[in-house]
Amino acid sequence: MTAATVRNILKYLLPRGVSRSVGDRLFHTLALLIGWALVALLAFLAMTLAGRASSSIARFGFSFLWSSSWDVPADLFGALPFIYGTLVTSLLALAIALPISLGAAAFLSEMAPRWLSVPLSFLVELLAAVPSVVYGLWGFFVLVPFLRDYVDPVLGNILGFLPLFQGPQYGSGIMAGGVTLSIMIIPTISAISRDAMRAVPRAQREGALALGATPWETTRRVVLRIARPGVIAATLLGLGRALGETMAVTMVIGNRVGISASLFSGGSTLASIIINELVEAFDPLHIAALVELALVLLLITLATNVIARLLLWRLGVGR
Amino acid sequence: MIEGVSLRRRMINRLAWAFSLGAVGLALVPLLSILVTVAANGLPVVFSPRFLTLSGPRSPGEPSGILNSVAGSVLISGLASLVAIPVGILAGIYLSEYAGPGGDAVRFSTQVLTGVPAIVAGTFIYGIWVLRFGFSALAGGLALAILMVPVVTRATEEALRAVPRATREAALALGAARWQTTFWVTLAAAKGGVVTGILLALARIMGEAAPLLLTAFGNQFMAQGPLDKSNSLPQLIFVYFTGAFPEWHAQAWGAALVLIALVLGINMVVRWLTRQRY
Repeated sequence: MTAATVRNILKYLLPRGVSRSVGDRLFHTLALLIGWALVALLAFLAMTLAGRASSSIARFGFSFLWSSSWDVPADLFGALPFIYGTLVTSLLALAIALPISLGAAAFLSEMAPRWLSVPLSFLVELLAAVPSVVYGLWGFFVLVPFLRDYVDPVLGNILGFLPLFQGPQYGSGIMAGGVTLSIMIIPTISAISRDAMRAVPRAQREGALALGATPWETTRRVVLRIARPGVIAATLLGLGRALGETMAVTMVIGNRVGISASLFSGGSTLASIIINELVEAFDPLHIAALVELALVLLLITLATNVIARLLLWRLGVGR
Repeated sequence: MIEGVSLRRRMINRLAWAFSLGAVGLALVPLLSILVTVAANGLPVVFSPRFLTLSGPRSPGEPSGILNSVAGSVLISGLASLVAIPVGILAGIYLSEYAGPGGDAVRFSTQVLTGVPAIVAGTFIYGIWVLRFGFSALAGGLALAILMVPVVTRATEEALRAVPRATREAALALGAARWQTTFWVTLAAAKGGVVTGILLALARIMGEAAPLLLTAFGNQFMAQGPLDKSNSLPQLIFVYFTGAFPEWHAQAWGAALVLIALVLGINMVVRWLTRQRY
């Protein structure tokens, strides 16, 4: 923009006689208020949920967290089956996604030439753009039959002595939820890990290579070690996404309320029970219990995200 | 490779890189499978007569389409943008142009806000709005605005920071007030980055079904305005999915194709707009 254009614009904008400092102060105050309103929004979210959940909080106290009964007609509500389902699906997702994401990040950051790593990174990140409900549709019609016909029987035969892999194999269930989630969090974990690995100074790699390390040894013992806080943060952000994911999980998890040791069994997560029951709930205590589940989910995801962001800030990423 | 490195270490090196290449491939298999399945199942439906001009959902056997859902998606995302774009831009301006050390708290909160699950945002609006005023497209827009604000804030802050100091100084030296400089010079110079951020935020919220099921509820017909209940594409997909009728599932695939084309299309456009950065 040339100086003349700026001057013309300003001439147009500046009515004579209006103190410019007034406009300045107003604008500054407005921006400041909006900025701090976002801080307040987080607190307001938690407080509103707690307020709407108050009758459930008052009735069940902390035992809500470890009670496993969820009986709407009897007015008995406990969060344990859903906390269990959320944690198990998310941890399973991490167990699958972490090695794949780290391998992909190492390849994209350390090995692939630019002309290859740029389009491949874009494709991996496109996975994050696919809507959750489309994952659910694909998961139910493609992944679930695949698990039922090819994966579950093999796992049942080889590892069937473990309670994790016993029981009828429907395809849908806790394991289908975990596998779907793993696909959804791969782009998060791999993109942030890749950036953390790229941020490692070149001299560190050259030093290791000069000492006779192979490229892989350099990546594993030098690059990955220096980038470790970033990788941990990436993992936590992926975990945060998995914990709160709703539609895809709801569509493949089988929506059974209860705790079962088997990964083949149906289950529910905090998010899936809310989406299944909140709109149709009319009993006030039932609504309050569902809102309290949302509060529990919010607190779990906030804790995960706060730790991840603190780690990233310490690394100087994202600040 | 250097002479004298043992065969074992060389083999491990090879194997490790083979594994990491395989990991990239493995990550891309689902993407390919999703695109192929959605295209194969969706294309015949999308090109069937009146799919784009009728409304739905309807009982199985009745002709239906996605018109009200597309319109609803546009309406709800528009309402969300109306709230989230000004708020996000102002918060971004605060962080980049005004904030002192206290800005870290705001910056940190917006980043943490990115991690709030969509279902929680939906439940929040359900508790604070729907229980009082009922389901509406506006309630849906508010829920999605919560998801959109942090993305716009972050994009605005980064784009403003990339504007050289000299640009601001030039405007100030010409006698512009600080707010005028920020608004008409700095922000104007940064608009590419801001628009990119808004587009990515839109792509994200257009795919959300969970918060809308709790707030906009759904509507077989065209929403009559922001205060009416409204359908949306992701929600239509879920409703058709839950029925056990093949016609419904076909409709779900058709709607999924339109939705994925929209969302991936926006991502491609953003990629093209920002191509010089790579």
